[in-house]
Amino acid sequence: MIIFQTFLLAAMLVAAICAAAFRDLMNAVIACALVSLAASIMFYFLQAPDVAMAEATIGAGLTTGIFIFAIRRTVRQEEDGESS
Amino acid sequence: MGKALSLVVLLVLALGLASALRGPSIGAEANRGELLDDQKVNFGRRYNSRAVEETGASNVVASVLVTYRGLDTLGEVTVLFVAALGLAVLLHTGRDRKSGKEAEPPSLIVFTGCRFVFPLILLFGAYIFMHGHLTPGGGFQGGAVVASGFLLIYLGCRGRQPHRERLNAVESLSGAAFVVIGLIGLAVGGSFLLNFLPQGSPYALLSAGIIPVVYVFIGFKVGCELGGIVGDLSGARR
Repeated sequence: MIIFQTFLLAAMLVAAICAAAFRDLMNAVIACALVSLAASIMFYFLQAPDVAMAEATIGAGLTTGIFIFAIRRTVRQEEDGESS
Repeated sequence: MGKALSLVVLLVLALGLASALRGPSIGAEANRGELLDDQKVNFGRRYNSRAVEETGASNVVASVLVTYRGLDTLGEVTVLFVAALGLAVLLHTGRDRKSGKEAEPPSLIVFTGCRFVFPLILLFGAYIFMHGHLTPGGGFQGGAVVASGFLLIYLGCRGRQPHRERLNAVESLSGAAFVVIGLIGLAVGGSFLLNFLPQGSPYALLSAGIIPVVYVFIGFKVGCELGGIVGDLSGARR
């Protein structure tokens, strides 16, 4: 169980660093959702199932959707920057 | 008209906030700093040991959220409401904006799949907030699950949007019902959100007095509110 939790924490760290480092905003949003998903599993193991459910639905589900809608409404400039 | 109305709403909110800040503080004893650290720890232990017999809810988190700290939950719901209101004011500036390029319709498989899964998600959300006093979860979590169902509809079934007026009506009515339940407690027993219904036997579906009732209303309110936020941001016309 300790191994699994360590793996979860490592995955959260990697995903958080990726979210900050990715140039494409859509990939960064997916990385953020991964952080929330791992955090909700960690909350479950820390015996806080209420918080785990809130984190899974709001953090990993709704926030991702709202970010995707917001990115879709803006101009995506990353592609121009990478191609030039 | 709309600007005047929002100014009036803002003024009423500011007046209410000012009068609340001038009046006697709520939960005064705990706020004065008279409690020592070990007394605060005992406060938490007291909830854990006596919440089930005092409120009849087997989920101690629910009993803390709805009865012991019910006013804080009302504040949370109000914060969410103000956030949704501000978003709607920002995103709907009066002119009916038609999006220039119409998004291409989803494929038949996505459309049918979303329509099939949507009622199941609603059912699961309703299950979570109806059993909030028995199992982990509650109004907020169940409402968020319902709103993720709306998110699925907005993403996968373009052209079949939820009826926004009905969403807003359900949201407002359930928010008002929450306050009315609190006021009934004030009228019956002299404290806001008093648990005035019979507790019943613990671990039964109909138990714990007002907790399941309040949680059902919170679930409806949060679900419709977050669904409305998602709908506003998705750019669907009202």
